[in-house]
Amino acid sequence: MAFRTLALAGLLATTSTMALAEDVRIGMITTLSGGGAGLGIDVRDGFMLAMEQAGRDDIEMIIEDDERAPDRAVQQADRMIQSDDVDIMTGIIWSNLAMAVIPSATAQGVFYLSPNAGPSQLAGAACHENYFNVAWQNDNLHEAAGAYANTEGYTNSFILAPNYPAGRDALTGYQRMYEGDVAQEVYTQLGQTDYAAEISQIRNSGADSVYFFLPGGMGIAFVRQYAEAGVDIPLVGPAFSFDQGILGAVGESALGVRNTSQWSHDLDNPANVAFVEAFEAEYDRLPSLYASQGYDTANLILSALDVAHPDDADAFREALRAADFDSTRGDFEFGPNHHPIQDIYVREVVEHGDGLTNVIVGTALEDRGDAYADQCNM
Amino acid sequence: MSAALLIEQLLNGLQFGVMLFLMAAGLTLIFGVMGLINLAHGSLYMIGAFAAAGTAALTGSFWLALAAALMAAALVGAIVEMVVIRRLYDRDHLDQVLATFALILIFSEGTRFLFGSLPLYLDTPDILSGPTTLPGGLDYSKYRLFIIGVGLAIAGGLFWLIGRTRLGIQIRAGEADREMIAALGVDIRKLYTLVFALGAALAGLAGAMIGAIQAVEVGMGEPVLILAFVVIVIGGIGSIKGAFIGALLVGLTDTLGRVLLPQVFGLIMDASSATTVGASLASMAIYILMAGILLFRPSGLFGGQT
Amino acid sequence: MRAETLLNLSLPALLLATALIAHWLDEPYIITLATRAAILALAAVGLNLALGLGGLVSLGHAAFFGIGGYAMGILAFHAQTFTPLWGLIEGTKSMPVIWLVAVVAAALAALVIGALSLRTSGVYFIMITLAFGQMLFYFAISWPTYGGEDGLSIYLRNDFPGVNTLLPLNYFLICFSLLAVVLVLFDRLAKSPFGLALQAARQTPARAEAVGLTPYRLRLVAFVISGAITGLAGALFADLNRFVSPNMLSWHMSGELIILIVLGGLARLSGPVAGAMLFITLEYFLEGLSTYWHVYLGAILLGVVLFARGGLIGLVAGREVAHD
Repeated sequence: MAFRTLALAGLLATTSTMALAEDVRIGMITTLSGGGAGLGIDVRDGFMLAMEQAGRDDIEMIIEDDERAPDRAVQQADRMIQSDDVDIMTGIIWSNLAMAVIPSATAQGVFYLSPNAGPSQLAGAACHENYFNVAWQNDNLHEAAGAYANTEGYTNSFILAPNYPAGRDALTGYQRMYEGDVAQEVYTQLGQTDYAAEISQIRNSGADSVYFFLPGGMGIAFVRQYAEAGVDIPLVGPAFSFDQGILGAVGESALGVRNTSQWSHDLDNPANVAFVEAFEAEYDRLPSLYASQGYDTANLILSALDVAHPDDADAFREALRAADFDSTRGDFEFGPNHHPIQDIYVREVVEHGDGLTNVIVGTALEDRGDAYADQCNM
Repeated sequence: MSAALLIEQLLNGLQFGVMLFLMAAGLTLIFGVMGLINLAHGSLYMIGAFAAAGTAALTGSFWLALAAALMAAALVGAIVEMVVIRRLYDRDHLDQVLATFALILIFSEGTRFLFGSLPLYLDTPDILSGPTTLPGGLDYSKYRLFIIGVGLAIAGGLFWLIGRTRLGIQIRAGEADREMIAALGVDIRKLYTLVFALGAALAGLAGAMIGAIQAVEVGMGEPVLILAFVVIVIGGIGSIKGAFIGALLVGLTDTLGRVLLPQVFGLIMDASSATTVGASLASMAIYILMAGILLFRPSGLFGGQT
Repeated sequence: MRAETLLNLSLPALLLATALIAHWLDEPYIITLATRAAILALAAVGLNLALGLGGLVSLGHAAFFGIGGYAMGILAFHAQTFTPLWGLIEGTKSMPVIWLVAVVAAALAALVIGALSLRTSGVYFIMITLAFGQMLFYFAISWPTYGGEDGLSIYLRNDFPGVNTLLPLNYFLICFSLLAVVLVLFDRLAKSPFGLALQAARQTPARAEAVGLTPYRLRLVAFVISGAITGLAGALFADLNRFVSPNMLSWHMSGELIILIVLGGLARLSGPVAGAMLFITLEYFLEGLSTYWHVYLGAILLGVVLFARGGLIGLVAGREVAHD
């Protein structure tokens, strides 16, 4: 239990049209310690920023750290649902934890809003009316990279990912949009930190581009070793390996790398400008992709709470589905399976003051939904 | 596969093996001399990497960072030896496993508390950045060649230290008969602290060197620790020579397994299942190697009786 | 009555009382915690057979725990999706069948791993069991059929004839009963000729051999039974979470099982029970103190190893049967 924030201090939202008889409890289970804690911390900080800005005192937050362990996440979810009686849950970063927690949470009547993980099952056959994904379906950024490779004229890609479900989904997603040939498809070990063998294969493959999905420390190691080896085949990756939180650790090796993202801090819309400014003021760092997702999730919840209490499940669900909030992504709406339909951009890593950041250089996909919506019957 | 690519992969395997040797040498020395199994050796690797990243951020110098890593790891090693490890020498292996497992928990979370959860950055020095062309026209990373060079130099140094110096004689005597060397007037406590600090320094150096080409983060030591255990079990616990041969075997098996197994399976099944099955088997290759070796030599290639 | 006998009876009784009171107070989460403690205790009783009685420091028992978990996951997955395994075997949601499969699968794995590992001893044994555990861990991560790293989710808890297993207290009682049965079994086994021979082989292998015992065979049998019990606990654990993943096979899990035993008291009948209850309680309260609670856990563990070698039970009951 990291901390339990009781009713948020602040002014009562006087604009609310209806008096809420009962407080709302939101349970957040996310990764705050252990490997990958940076992501969970960003989601939490983005989420709490929106909550503070709203200043409502009828919302009780319960925040727990899952340490990225599925069995801990399940335990905490059981506690939140059975003992704390939460109405809404959110926070999970990783697909494997999502699969452990979300189906049973929604089956017990709780609303779940995912600020990050979007496994294909939950978008397809295992979709649920009380489950909303506010980030993306897992394949989206990879699909966008495939589309980008086409516009860039790449015809022979070397593709690389860890040998686990999200890795295999990533390469499938890339190839769903990519029209050229695949020079070689390589699966690495999860958690692998030395990529010399793979980089040698890339150098000798004759490929004209490299697409890789290696989250966290794996990506840092790969990009740095790739630059070190002096291979000049262009790299393309999803935003995860080049996001604000880890750019500092990748260092200059990342300069010029193109990556795909549904959000960037330089997206020019009023909600985003205000968010970036407020986030920097509050936490003294640039927000990441994950922070924007946490912020959007909170604002979506707040917009639906203005309409109905979660106890009135049908009305609350309709209000969520309407997605009537100012997203940092600009246009945002839900598809039939409660996953986003949104634009996905291409960003490039550039220098920014002492450090590095991303700027948008193009749009890879417009109004992209996902490939699994057809399989969802709700 | 072309000959050039094969040579490049052999170099990669050698570099990986040499790095594992730095870890395994310390583990096997500590076991050989003090009879201690130290799970926290991976933490010393991590401490080296963090000390280097911290120093590099302050001073901007890679060489100072390396020196800091050596010193920090040796210092932490010496302190831990005096405070905790010393009490474990005459305990059974179970107590040693548990106490050093507890140290992992303390070091990992302590480091996270001090440095935060985000990975840190450590850069390679300019002089070693980028590739160089080897005789025969092969491009290879200068920094990886540097790691191979340092590793081999340290291996040579260790063989010399143990085979030719006074300290080496004491270490070998300590392995053979602990009471005897105490009776000969050697300060055994000091010797143990020294050996532990030496092992720690090697781990710290490995952590710092590898930290420059991968992420410096909490938990980075554990995968390496387990590989280092595999190395010393294959080589025979307590044997520096065994650790060296074992490290190279593991490094080459792992690297070549990753490259070759998917291709071998590609001959008998379709490409996409071959990559998946090949990658799965490659991740188990070194454990299979170890099980195979222990089947025929239960105390490793160069191990005596323990 | 000796203090330890009293403890052997009162610790399980305390666990049972905790669950019952929590049920009465309508605190289902406390029941879930008690269930977790009972299951971890069961797994640790299994390990205690190898570790406490046989002196076999296995750092790979998570392998059997995970195999039990996957036995439940795979059978329930096939039942849930109505796809027969290898086109032949229907899955099942029946707990007794799942337990049987988990026990047999874990025992077979323990037979193979034990037969190879027991050729070595001391540090080699620790390392090789660790390595076999890692091997299975990596296999589970990279094997796509049953979810790989994502693991397998089971939507509903499996069935036990005549009991609604979805009610937390019912599931606790099932796990607790199994724990009680296995504890009695452990007690009998420890005092049986086999158990005495096993302990003799640990304390003085040479003498045991001189009187005609074969330590290798004794240890192998102990290792197999130990793996089987831990496998059963794995199936229960997966059912508690309605989820199984490679995490159950990680070497941290093996470490935690050893910690449970040592916190409670090595080779003591209710050492694992005391250890599991203490561990769950510590986890619950330390987590509340700080995100960095592992530091405290490490410090406590270090303290126990260095200064309180009999564990919790040793502190209360004295050291008359301590492991050395």
